[in-house]
Amino acid sequence: MKARVTVTLKNGVLDPQGKAIEGALKSLGVEGIDGVRQGKVFDIELGTADKAQAEAQLKAACEKLLANTVIENYRVEIA
Amino acid sequence: MKSAVIVFPGSNREGDVLRALKSAGSQAEKVWHAETELPKGTDLVVLPGGFSYGDYLRCGAIAGRATVMDAVRAHAARGGLVLGICNGFQILCESGLLPGILMRNANLKFICHRQFLRVERNDTAFTRNYAKGQAIDVCVAHGEGNYTADEETLKRLEGDGLVAFRYADAQGHITQDANRNGSMNSIAGIYSDKLNVLGMMPHPENLIEDLVGGTDGRGLFESLVSSFPRAA
Repeated sequence: MKARVTVTLKNGVLDPQGKAIEGALKSLGVEGIDGVRQGKVFDIELGTADKAQAEAQLKAACEKLLANTVIENYRVEIA
Repeated sequence: MKSAVIVFPGSNREGDVLRALKSAGSQAEKVWHAETELPKGTDLVVLPGGFSYGDYLRCGAIAGRATVMDAVRAHAARGGLVLGICNGFQILCESGLLPGILMRNANLKFICHRQFLRVERNDTAFTRNYAKGQAIDVCVAHGEGNYTADEETLKRLEGDGLVAFRYADAQGHITQDANRNGSMNSIAGIYSDKLNVLGMMPHPENLIEDLVGGTDGRGLFESLVSSFPRAA
């Protein structure tokens, strides 16, 4: 089973890297961009075929390591 | 007094910290991150600076979950002293021993320069040899030192007097210019609730000898050593 975990900064948390990317896009002449927030994507292979078990394992992975829930949210998608 | 300096893959300031501790009069030894216990009789645990695990995922995230950190958490829970410097501060935040997080510097630059800090209180094991309000001249060298916490945490840190050091000018004034990484409330270091855990971005261990331009960092290590009765 494959899964994708997306970790993004919570609203209101300052994202200097996103701001820099936004600035770089502007300076490249890419138009119409009002804001950029940078995040992370993890593609994960799971040994189980049981969706409920996979969800529990991925939640544990996110809470324990992949996201710092002080500043980040995470989203789990199971393929 | 007995100190244990934890070494992770990618730590690089353990030698300087060992030297600072020993020159202040502490016994000190290195402890590898895969250990499950601290050496018997450890009074102080130091998490040194560096780039543990190459700063992968988030600074300090992987080291914060290393095997030895369970022993460090237990040591802290018993009231034992813990000092995290630079990457060590990031590890303390990631391990749950201190609140908040160190984000990328607001100006996106790695900063490396001499930096004055204001000592916010001098009634802790870490700062008793300084004066309250004293401006000490140390160093900073980091890319992720921008202290960030939610409003409630910040209020609690301020209300309970848990801010240890703030970025300041040479006179001890807290100015926007002195806060080069963009930290909330110019926070350079914080204590745990019981004041036995200190995390700080600046490097006091860099400034312990006149030969390298200053000795203001010595006070921190001497404070720690003077907090313990001299071993026979």
